[in-house]
Amino acid sequence: MSIIENHQTHGAPFSDSPKLTARNVGVYYGDKQAIFDVSLDIGANEVIALIGPSGCGKSTFLRCLNRMNDTIDICRVTGDIELDKENIYDPKMDVVPLRARVGMVFQKPNPFPKSIYDNIAYGPRIHGLAHSRVELDEIVEKSLQRAGLWSEVKDRLHAPGTGLSGGQQQRLCIARTIAVDPEVILMDEPCSALDPIATAKIEELIDELRENYTIAIVTHSMQQAARVSQRTAYFHLGQLIEVNPTDQVFTTPEHALTEAYITGRFG
Amino acid sequence: MNYSSLIIVLLILLGGGYLLGRNKARAIANQGMTLHSLPTHYGALVALWTGLPPLLLLIIWSLFEQQVVDHLLVAQLPQQIQAGSSADIQLAISKVHNLASGTGLSASPELQPAVKHLQALESRTSMLHTGLILALALLGLAVTWRRVQNTLRARSEVERMVRYMLFASSGIAVLTTLGILASVLYEAWMFFGKVSIIEFLFGTSWSPQIALRADQSGSSGSFGAVPLFVGTLLISMIAMFIAVPVGLMSAIYLSEYATSRIRSFAKPALEILAGIPTVVYGFFAALTVAPVIRGIGESWGLDVSSESALAAGLVMGIMIIPFVSSLSDDVINAVPQSLRDGSYGLGATRSETVRQVVIPAALPGIVGAVMLAVSRAIGETMIVAMAAGLAANLTFNPLDSVTTVTVQIVTLLVGDQEFDSPKTLAAFALGLVLFLVTLVLNFVALKIVQKYREQYD
Repeated sequence: MSIIENHQTHGAPFSDSPKLTARNVGVYYGDKQAIFDVSLDIGANEVIALIGPSGCGKSTFLRCLNRMNDTIDICRVTGDIELDKENIYDPKMDVVPLRARVGMVFQKPNPFPKSIYDNIAYGPRIHGLAHSRVELDEIVEKSLQRAGLWSEVKDRLHAPGTGLSGGQQQRLCIARTIAVDPEVILMDEPCSALDPIATAKIEELIDELRENYTIAIVTHSMQQAARVSQRTAYFHLGQLIEVNPTDQVFTTPEHALTEAYITGRFG
Repeated sequence: MNYSSLIIVLLILLGGGYLLGRNKARAIANQGMTLHSLPTHYGALVALWTGLPPLLLLIIWSLFEQQVVDHLLVAQLPQQIQAGSSADIQLAISKVHNLASGTGLSASPELQPAVKHLQALESRTSMLHTGLILALALLGLAVTWRRVQNTLRARSEVERMVRYMLFASSGIAVLTTLGILASVLYEAWMFFGKVSIIEFLFGTSWSPQIALRADQSGSSGSFGAVPLFVGTLLISMIAMFIAVPVGLMSAIYLSEYATSRIRSFAKPALEILAGIPTVVYGFFAALTVAPVIRGIGESWGLDVSSESALAAGLVMGIMIIPFVSSLSDDVINAVPQSLRDGSYGLGATRSETVRQVVIPAALPGIVGAVMLAVSRAIGETMIVAMAAGLAANLTFNPLDSVTTVTVQIVTLLVGDQEFDSPKTLAAFALGLVLFLVTLVLNFVALKIVQKYREQYD
């Protein structure tokens, strides 16, 4: 433990063109502190992977970025998180447009108990993005195409979304997120419930999405982090240990803990 | 031997059988042989065979003893009674029973042979009964104890007997339902022999009095049940009109909005409503709500009767709120948090999430809760009896006094009644209708639930 007391993050946590900037972020569940003094930039149009052993706080940190932690009563966040220089924890900040700008894909595919079409149309409808049925149809088709699901479901748009396979469901959830046209997409272990083929499709998709979106992905698979991300951040017991370009993290890690984790000594 | 001591002896035998079986199995194991099952299984097997057959005999014996004894007694009655009607024979037999047990009032010398015969019979059957049962128990114990070998598959036999016992238990519940249904059907059939089914189902006048003497005035009753159906429908609708929106919204508040502190206080408080006896609701409705409604109605120039469907329906609605809210709260809580997260993650507000994600996902359960509440409303008696009156008015005016099916069943059966007059039998016909309506409601609810299940799972 002594190795990480008063820890300073190693590597390059900051970005020249940041989309999201987190400074000195701490998170408390009641009296228990889950995250200690994390400072990290997420650059525009990059994919950053957050890795670390279970319980290291990477999911908690991710959920701070669009204030999903608000739904947990006892959770308290300190420090600053800015989206395009705008403090998202400002009392005047409205979480509804924030979450439309910073979308989220969850660990377990969670399609709504509605048709495929209504799953995608859900976000545009609540945000009033479409002014006519035709426009809504267009958004649905475009989102499904971007998520690589259109050809598989175009003949059964009104079948229930829960009837799709696990991988299709997860791509449906990604399409649903894209439909509200976010700037950032947060992914919390999006492939952990999927088989390797479905995982490969999602990873391909993440790579394509990088053109238009900034993506932060929490993953337990180091191969996945290596395949999809440009930068990798290693979390350990609530502290951000090291942030570096992905190939550097996996070949020449700076910190001993990072090395121990990626060589499989724990986690 | 009387029943209680017989049962104690049986229990002792059963315990002994268990110990004997187990010890024999242990002894076999100690000789170095491998047992098929654990020693306790052998004990349980011996105990089951010691206890179950005598228990079965005991039940069958008590079911048929009376009939056999009575049958034997008939032969001992004087010729002229035997030649009489079955009612006369019944009367004579119950007199014999009374005389034999020493509580008979009239000394009837012509019955003496039968009384003597009965007393002799009773002492003999009692001996026979005790002897047979104990013999059966001991036989079961001995035979099964001898069967205890290392190769006896005691475990599977015990499992099989347990399965039969469980099957018998569930069979009792099903058979009871069928028995009730059969008896209601039979009595309703008798009723429809006296009153036409068309008149009963479609007649609009309900006045179920039957003359005790042929020359009595108002001797012709009429059994048109439509006013009762309408009254039931009216009151149930008023009740559901209150209970469904209030119950559902409080369930949504409790599960989605309330902090855990408020919830831990409010949910039990709501459930207390369900624990109040309906008779208390009844006088609350009759003495508090009905006069208030009348007062308000009069100040608006409306003609409100002092016992109104509205008062009964309102109070019944309040009574049903906890059914709807508590059950709906449970199903809403069962909606996975991941669905809510998904909705919040897209920037939906709490009410959008509730309306468009949580409620649709919980709908089958909510429909089930509402259907249960409807059945409860239709079956409710006390509040209506006290607050809505007994007058069978055919009206849809909630300010009028009406009556319901259940209330009429009660009034038909209260007091001394002949059990073959149309007035009494009408209660069974009404009961049958009530049963069928509830059955159909449950069936419809099941269908709705299945339909949405298919769509959402």
